[in-house]
Amino acid sequence: MGRYVIRRLLQFIPTVLGTMFLLHYITSLAIQFSGNPVRAMFGDRTPSPAQLQALTERLGYGDPCLSRKGDPCLWRVAADGNGWLGTSLEPGLFFDRLGNIFFRFDFGINLRQREVTDLVADAIPFTLKLLVIAIIFEAVVGIAAGVLAGLRGGSFLDYMVKISTVFIISVPIFVLGVVVREFVGVKFGNVLRGQDWVPDLISAGIFTPGFKADYPFASLIIPGMVLGAVSLATTARLTRTSIMENIRADYVRTAKAKGLTNKRVIGVHTLRNSLIPVITFLGVDIGAAMAGAVVTETIFNVPGIGRLVTFSARSGESSVVVGVVTMLVLVVLIANLLVDLLYAVLDPRIRYE
Amino acid sequence: MSTDVNVKLDALPGLDPNALPLEVKNLQVEFRTRNGIAHAVNGVSFDVRAGETRAILGESGCGKSVTAQAIMGILDSPPGFITGGEILYRGVDLLKLPEAQRRKVRANRIAMIFQDALSALNPVFTVGFQLAELFRKHRGMSRQDAKARAVELLDLVKIPAAKQRVNDYPHQFSGGMRQRVMIAMALALDPEVLIADEPTTALDVTVQAQIMALLAELQQERNMALVLITHDMGVVADVADRISVMYAGRVIEEAGVNDIYASPAHPYTKGLLESIPRLDLKGQELSAIKGLPPALTNIPPGCAFNPRCRYAQDVCRQNPGPPLYQVTPSRTSACHFWREVKGDE
Repeated sequence: MGRYVIRRLLQFIPTVLGTMFLLHYITSLAIQFSGNPVRAMFGDRTPSPAQLQALTERLGYGDPCLSRKGDPCLWRVAADGNGWLGTSLEPGLFFDRLGNIFFRFDFGINLRQREVTDLVADAIPFTLKLLVIAIIFEAVVGIAAGVLAGLRGGSFLDYMVKISTVFIISVPIFVLGVVVREFVGVKFGNVLRGQDWVPDLISAGIFTPGFKADYPFASLIIPGMVLGAVSLATTARLTRTSIMENIRADYVRTAKAKGLTNKRVIGVHTLRNSLIPVITFLGVDIGAAMAGAVVTETIFNVPGIGRLVTFSARSGESSVVVGVVTMLVLVVLIANLLVDLLYAVLDPRIRYE
Repeated sequence: MSTDVNVKLDALPGLDPNALPLEVKNLQVEFRTRNGIAHAVNGVSFDVRAGETRAILGESGCGKSVTAQAIMGILDSPPGFITGGEILYRGVDLLKLPEAQRRKVRANRIAMIFQDALSALNPVFTVGFQLAELFRKHRGMSRQDAKARAVELLDLVKIPAAKQRVNDYPHQFSGGMRQRVMIAMALALDPEVLIADEPTTALDVTVQAQIMALLAELQQERNMALVLITHDMGVVADVADRISVMYAGRVIEEAGVNDIYASPAHPYTKGLLESIPRLDLKGQELSAIKGLPPALTNIPPGCAFNPRCRYAQDVCRQNPGPPLYQVTPSRTSACHFWREVKGDE
């Protein structure tokens, strides 16, 4: 078990390095091809070359590799260097980044010279709240719907669950988000806001087109449900199939033959087995939900990690993108490891040696 | 070991302690599927006395297991429906009992062991939990007491180091040990009737013998009625007292074990016996029954066996099928030509 965990942790290293390099290269390419992001800070004004140079240097975009198109910024080019493959093997921008992040815990700064760690610290509570709402929503509603449908395969309820889940799965989250914002947040919200008897918490808090600082929890409920919707459909289908499979299993028949109540046959003997794949899915889904949060937070204007990534990517703040996404990658990897360990707890047949 | 079970079972209405522990009368079960109605059991009758072993013999798909599940009341319904007949436990028709009472009959009075113990035991609970559950739910025992009883049970079925093994999961046991656990589970609440559905099919031959010996020993100790469902003629010859041979959902021959082996009175039974490999016939071709059993959705008119039968004549292909002829006072055969088959005109 301990050895298994260590092996898994070691596997993190290439994964993290690989993702970091990809992000690093993509953001570097963006700067190389579309120009110095620092220029945007001056708006209409044209800075003097010296001014621009100084600020660029200070914000960490001064590396000469960032002006050579296609340079992966791996090695620093010696003064007499010709071509970006370089003539010396002195570590370049990428290795600086690695060193700063992993040895000095310095994730860099954004264009307004705020620490990336501070930005993340500000944004993460919103994303966490959003994730908790999404996961609870998809787990509770998804499992309940799946169990009900699975126990009565072929019934009206089963068909309802099947049809509605196909519908949700086939609508992309950015379409679903915009539609929900428009019809539930704006149109239906307006109707509610026109009624005196509806409390503000509901009319202005829950049914709003986007995040509101006055209702930091209520206004996240609908964005959270949108974020959880697709996984909810998957959870429901997975639970349904799993229940239908297990309800016919021999050990369920044994449980019946033992004269146990129906409640116990289903609730203990069937459910425990059926939920193993579902819980595994939900664990892995935490990672997917973080990715989904990028879209959902942007649509509903939630000041979380996802919106931070979107905005930084738009303004070319490579240090923010690399830093934040690296953190997300670590979170996903750790979540996956925990899920795998949980799997062994849920299913005694799984042993990690 | 059953003395500390002082809990009185709910009195069943009309319970007659002198009646047979299990009597099945004209049982009919059908499966309503999309491809039509499958007549899985078509009027099966048999009984079993305390301390006696009744074998139900037949090939796969002849309705043996469905009969067992119908007796236990664990038939998947839908698609399975019991459309007629009676299942009497000490004179009480189980089919007329409300579900709550029916449930208490299971494991307490009639218990069952299944073919493949690996899939019949729940993989995510320890063996101890699955055994103790019976005492906790049926006898209201505490977890600790129930666990102690579980250890006793594992001892009873001769599982070594029962105290440690009680905390193991089913996959940590060997095939034979798992079947012993199944037996322990079935015997936990001292049932009067035990239905064993192919208890040794998934095991290799040496383990088969051990399991059958254990079953026979426990049966004698407790004077239990045993219904042994199998397709293995060898197993039957060793342990059974009386045999019901099933074909296409009907009992086609019923007799004491010696009578059947000495002189089968139905062509199907005869075919089965001839298809057993014998040492003294080494080198000769093994005879087998030609053809396949009929699909239960489409049973041929008359005698269901007629397409495969070498004795068949026109009368066999006409409805109604052959009645149960009384061959001797204690044996019956559903064949018009039982005299010819038996070989004494």
